[in-house]
Parts: sequence; structure tokens; C-alpha cells
Amino acid sequence: MTDTTEQSLYKSREPIFPKRVSGRFRNLKWAIMAVTLGIYYLVPWIRWDRGPSLPDQAVLIDLAGRRFYFFWIEIWPHEFYFVAGLLIMAGLGLFLFTSALGRVWCGYACPQTVWTDLFMLVERWIEGDRNAQLRLHRQAMSLRKARLRLTKWAIWLLIGLGTGGAWVFYFADAPTLLRDLVTGQAHPVAYTTMAILTLTTFVFGGFAREQICIYACPWPRIQAAMMDEDTLTVGYRAWRGEPRGKGNTRRQKKNKALSLKIAAEEAATGRTAPAYPSTPMPYAAPILPQPLADQPPGDCIDCMACVNVCPMGIDIRNGQQMECITCALCIDACDDVMARIGKPRGLIDYMALTDEAAERAGGTPRPVWRHVFRPRTVLYTTLWGGVGLLLLFALFIRPEIDMTVAPVRNPTFVTLSDGAIRNTYEVRLRNKHGMAQPFRLSVAGDPALRLEVEGATHTTVTVPADSTQLHKVHVIAPAAAAPARRARSDIRLWAEDTESGERSFEDTVFNGKEN
Amino acid sequence: MSRTPPKQTGDPETTGHSWDGIEEFNNPLPRWWLWAFYATIVWGVGYTIAYPAWPGISKATAGVLGYSTRAEVASEIAAVDAANAAINARLETTDLTAIAADPALLSYATNAGAAVFRTWCAQCHGSGAAGAQAGGYPNLLDDDWLWGGDITAIHETISYGIRNEENPDARFSMMPAFGRDELIEGKEISQVVNYVMSLSSPPQDAGEVAAGAQVFADQCASCHGADGSGDRMQGAPDLTDAIWLYGGDYARLVETVHNARYGVMPAWQGRLTEAQIRAVSAYVHGLGGGEAPPAE
Repeated sequence: MTDTTEQSLYKSREPIFPKRVSGRFRNLKWAIMAVTLGIYYLVPWIRWDRGPSLPDQAVLIDLAGRRFYFFWIEIWPHEFYFVAGLLIMAGLGLFLFTSALGRVWCGYACPQTVWTDLFMLVERWIEGDRNAQLRLHRQAMSLRKARLRLTKWAIWLLIGLGTGGAWVFYFADAPTLLRDLVTGQAHPVAYTTMAILTLTTFVFGGFAREQICIYACPWPRIQAAMMDEDTLTVGYRAWRGEPRGKGNTRRQKKNKALSLKIAAEEAATGRTAPAYPSTPMPYAAPILPQPLADQPPGDCIDCMACVNVCPMGIDIRNGQQMECITCALCIDACDDVMARIGKPRGLIDYMALTDEAAERAGGTPRPVWRHVFRPRTVLYTTLWGGVGLLLLFALFIRPEIDMTVAPVRNPTFVTLSDGAIRNTYEVRLRNKHGMAQPFRLSVAGDPALRLEVEGATHTTVTVPADSTQLHKVHVIAPAAAAPARRARSDIRLWAEDTESGERSFEDTVFNGKEN
Repeated sequence: MSRTPPKQTGDPETTGHSWDGIEEFNNPLPRWWLWAFYATIVWGVGYTIAYPAWPGISKATAGVLGYSTRAEVASEIAAVDAANAAINARLETTDLTAIAADPALLSYATNAGAAVFRTWCAQCHGSGAAGAQAGGYPNLLDDDWLWGGDITAIHETISYGIRNEENPDARFSMMPAFGRDELIEGKEISQVVNYVMSLSSPPQDAGEVAAGAQVFADQCASCHGADGSGDRMQGAPDLTDAIWLYGGDYARLVETVHNARYGVMPAWQGRLTEAQIRAVSAYVHGLGGGEAPPAE
């Protein structure tokens, strides 16, 4: 079998030139962009006083010091489950929003969307709106085109640099790092990170754009499993819009006149005319305009406004598609046109699949809250809130002082010259206070047991502020005492902060010489 | 080619694979993805030229950049040595007894010493430094020391070794082989062993203790002391405590008195740097049995 039709296996990107649009969703998107970008750029500069020995940056990921600071919360490496919990909450939150509102994350809050939106704004400032951009795109390279392109790319690069720059401020003291960056004294890792993020922002926001969403991002594929017939997504009211067509009203009149004329001719001549005249269509529409003698025209005037504003380059009238990020700009564009031709808004609108069917049958759509409030979203909300409450609970009960005990098992015990049995433990004392604290160590389990700290003459040790200290702690049982003559005894090591009175304990075992 | 033609004009092309009637569209790849794929191939070719890659009969191609993992390790070690040069110099010049008062230096010495110990000492003394009675390797964790347990004494032992004939400064002690050399009779050996056992625990035969005391006073007290508590100047062990380097039961003690014991330890001066010897001294001193320096 030979395939005569040659089809290239590779597809080049078709450039998309979204048209400027205004309306309620566009305004909402501007607001969300301002808030998200504002958070991203400003948060590293918020100061938070934690005392002299700790950083005063409100949000700081201190990789070298292995700390995560978030306002009054300080996360140590052993508390990483907080981060895991936050990621679980983020996941459940995405499930919730996707099952209720479709790809609302993609359309409004995803960094790829926000930065692409910002880049398109710059593009319109420099090169003009869709038509001007299209003209420029088709022009051969000229001095003007080069100037516009270079200006646009320069501004994009600056935004990219600002993006990468803001990122590194989350990992070091922002004012110090900014000074070091400007004077060329910052760590090479900072410059490398900035260079990589500048480049990815430039390429992803300026050139790859919708390709990232379609080919690189796994989320659009996963989301299909999150949505159902009650999910509110951007859709086209086909029952209202079809049959679409330019000048529907005029054509309807003309068709009526034509059919009357045909009927008159048929009556006069006794011949039957062809059913309807063939009309060459300028584009392939899924639903072809019908001869309109007996069918009222739809509201869609096929002005292509919804297609022209789409950043993904799709036609929403073909139904929900994998590419659609539900940015809702087509709703704004269509509402604008509907207002101009004197039709009610909402030909393209947020709606659920069940609404479309109900409306087509002449019913009324269910209220929005009935779509949003259903067992599935309630379950997601409950899980989300439950994880959140657990994290909050864990946050409030975690102690300020902490101790871990690792018995030395090589050897399990040492016989001293007077016959006493000594066990050694590696005790890690953790002081989360902002200042050095004295810790008194003691042992419980048998009154004969005695505790000594290696290299110290007494059992109170001082742990510096915000740090962990390792001590070798010996527990000694005199030769005649019970723990010395038993294979294993359960003991408890106590650490007491002698200033604040906080106590922490760890249960462990004492190994003796069995005889 | 088993590719089936499109069923109708306009239908998307499929790969021709069919699983229970489910077919797969042959959708085009994006151009940038394709070029990225080609770029990885070009990169791979360049990489095998630049770096050691292709195996030969005796060795692999060296790569034009001359990179080798061994050279990288060597340079990393050199970098670490250079980074530690300052604190090693400080360790070498600080008085041994003053190390404990300097937390940063003590921490460095203890950690560096642990590494030295695991490399050079663990073969005999064990990775946990508990020694081994079978080989007569002393337990370094307890508070019993043959030659002294303050850091200066430990440092001297490590530097020159024990019964190391190649080093005149090595610690040297020589217990006579009382039985083998027929210095005392077998009966006297049994008597003195019973006496020595009685110093710390019940003897094998209480009837021989009194006679053994006389043998001890004649033959042993000059080194081990009249009360048997030993003499660190001569490396004579304390016979009254609970710790026996070669075992404290009757049979082992008889063997010790009959043949004597000569444990040896090499000198580490010259094999390790002074900083390493000081580091491992601090490590051993901090294991739990370290003693305070003797009062001047």
C-alpha cells in the first residue's frame, strides 16, 4: 500500500496575534496580574524583625543555613513535612478549582499566562494591535521593523531579568544581594540563576507561549480527569448562535424573496428548481449556514472577534478544546459585539455542559452555586481544610527546644576500671530560640544511674541561638546497680531549658553486662 | 511500509497501529522539539569527543579536553588541604592541653581525628575504638590506661609507638616470661595468679592466695607496685581494677605469667603529619576515658 498524500511529520508554530480586548474578565485578569506580580516582586523586600542573630527578611529560603523563614514561622529541615503538607494543599486546591471552575489556574494565575500576558501588553505598546502586528509580520525586514523588534526584545529581556532577579532575592538577604549584584560581587550561582531565568522568561513568554501549555505542561492533560458536566468552563451557546453568518437578516429576506420567486416560477413553468443554490464558503465552518427561508438566523454574526482575541489561537465555537486555558477573553470580545448589534450578552460565557443541554431544550440553567456546591467540591474543600488544620495544629504544638538521642552501639557498653558499666549517647540539642539557652541534661529510669557530658565538668550545656549542638553523653551504672547487670534497661533522657523551664525527653535503652 | 492510507480525505493520518480497534493519530511534532532532539544528538557526539568515552582494549579514549576523574579528585583533595592549611597550622602550634579550650579547634581536631582513626587505627583498635581482647588491643573508651590517659601521654604513644624497636623514643616495657624462662616454678605461677585474681574478684583457689602474696612481693611488686595498682611510668598495668587487656580468668592469667605479653604498636610520627597525630590524639582523648593533664 502506498500513501500518495505526503504529510510532513513536523509542524511549525503558527504565529498568533491576539487582539486587544476590554471587558469584565480582562479587568479581572489585569487585577490578578497586578496582585500576583506585585507579590512576586515585592515579598522579598518585606522586613521582619527576628532578633540580632537571625535574618530580618520576612520570606527567606536559606539553603546554606537550612532554614525556611515565613514571617513568624521558621521551618527547620526536620520539619519539612510542613512543605509537603503545603504542596498537598496546593494540589487539592488545584483539584477543587479545576472541578468547580475548569482551568481557572491556567487562565488567570499560572505564571506562564501572567508573564505571556505581560509580554503581549509590551508587544502591543511597541508594535500596535493585531492588525499592525500582522502587517509587520508579513513585511520584509526593514529599518523600522528591526527597530520595533529590537525594542520589544530589549523590554522583554529587561522583564526577564527582573523576573530572574526577583527569584534570587528569595534565597538571600535582598538588599545585600542587590548591592552585591550591582557591584559584581554576588555569588556566581546568583548570576547563573538569573541568566537562566531571564532566558526562560524571554523564550517562554515571548516565543513559546501557547506551545508551553500545549506541549510542555502536563497539567492540561491531567485536568480532563478533574472536570465533569457541572464544571463551569468557557463555552459557546451553539443553540443561540447557530446558524451563524454575516448579514443573516439581509440574507434571510433575500432568501425569502428568492424562494417566493422560485415558487412562482415553478408554478408558472411546472419545473422543479434545485433545492438551494450552492454558495462557495470562504472558510470551513463545522456547521454550514443553511438556506434561511424557514429557519431564524442565530446570534453569531461570525465576526471572528472571539478567535482574534484568543491567545491560544483556537475557535471556542468548536467546543471545549485541549488548548483552551479558559482565560475568558473571548467572552469579553463577544459581549462587546453583542452589545453593538443589540443582542443580550453571553453568547460565549462560563457555563456547564448540563446548562447547554438544558438551555437548548428551552429550560433555564441551574444557578451557579448549584454547579459549584456539589459532593465532589465539598470533598475537596474538606480535605483541603483538614490538611490545613492539621498543619496549623502541628505548627502550634511544635516545641521550641528539641532533642534527638542516638545510642552509640559500637560498642554497646564500656566496662570502667571500677567495674561500672557506661553507655554513650550522641545527643543533639536543638535550640530554636533567638538567643543562646542553657540546657540541663538528666537521666531517669534508675536512681543509681549517673549522667556525664564528655569534655564538661557539669551536666548543663549552653546551645547557641538558632542551632543544633551535638554532645557525647555518658550514662554510668555502678557495678552493683541493676541496670549494669541487666542486658537492657529502659531509660529516659531529659533536656531542660533552665531559663524558660521548657522540657523535652527522649526514651532510649541502657545496655548492661548480663550476668 | 504498513502505513494505511487515510480512510477518507481530511481524516487525520494514523500510525497504522491498532489495538482492539483503537488507533493512534500520527500528529506532527513541533519544530522546536525536533530541533532540540537533533541538538542533543549533536551534543552527544561532541561530548564523546571532548570527554573520555569510547572504550578501547586497554583504556578508553582520553577526550580532547584531557579531563579525568582521578585528576578531579586529586585537585579536590588539594583544595581541601589548602582550605585546612590554616587550622592545621593552628593545631600544630597550639599547646596540646589548650586544644580543649578552643571549641572550633577541638571540633576540627575531633572530626579530623575520627577520620584518621578510621583509616589508620581501626584495624587493631576497632572502628568503635573498643579494642579486642583476643589480640590484646586496648579498649580506648574506658578509663584504664597503661601509659597514661592525658592528651600529652596519648600523643606520645601515638607518635613513637609501643615496643617499636625502630624508634628509640618508643614506650618500652618488658615483663619477664616467668614460666618459659623458668624464673619461678609452675606451682608459684598458680599461687601468684590466684593472688592477683583476689585483688579484684574471687580467686580460683583461695588456699593459694596467701602463698601467692609472697611470690608477688618478690617477683612482681617492683613493677606492678606493692598493692598491685601498676605503674604508668613503666607501662605496668593496674591489676586491681576490672579491666584485663588479655583476659582476667585463671587460664589466661597463667598464660600471661608463663609467657609474658608483648603488644606492639607502630610509631606514627613520619607516617602521619603532626596535625593528624594531634587530631587523632584529641579524638582518642575525647572518646570517654580522657584524663585531665597532670598537675604541675
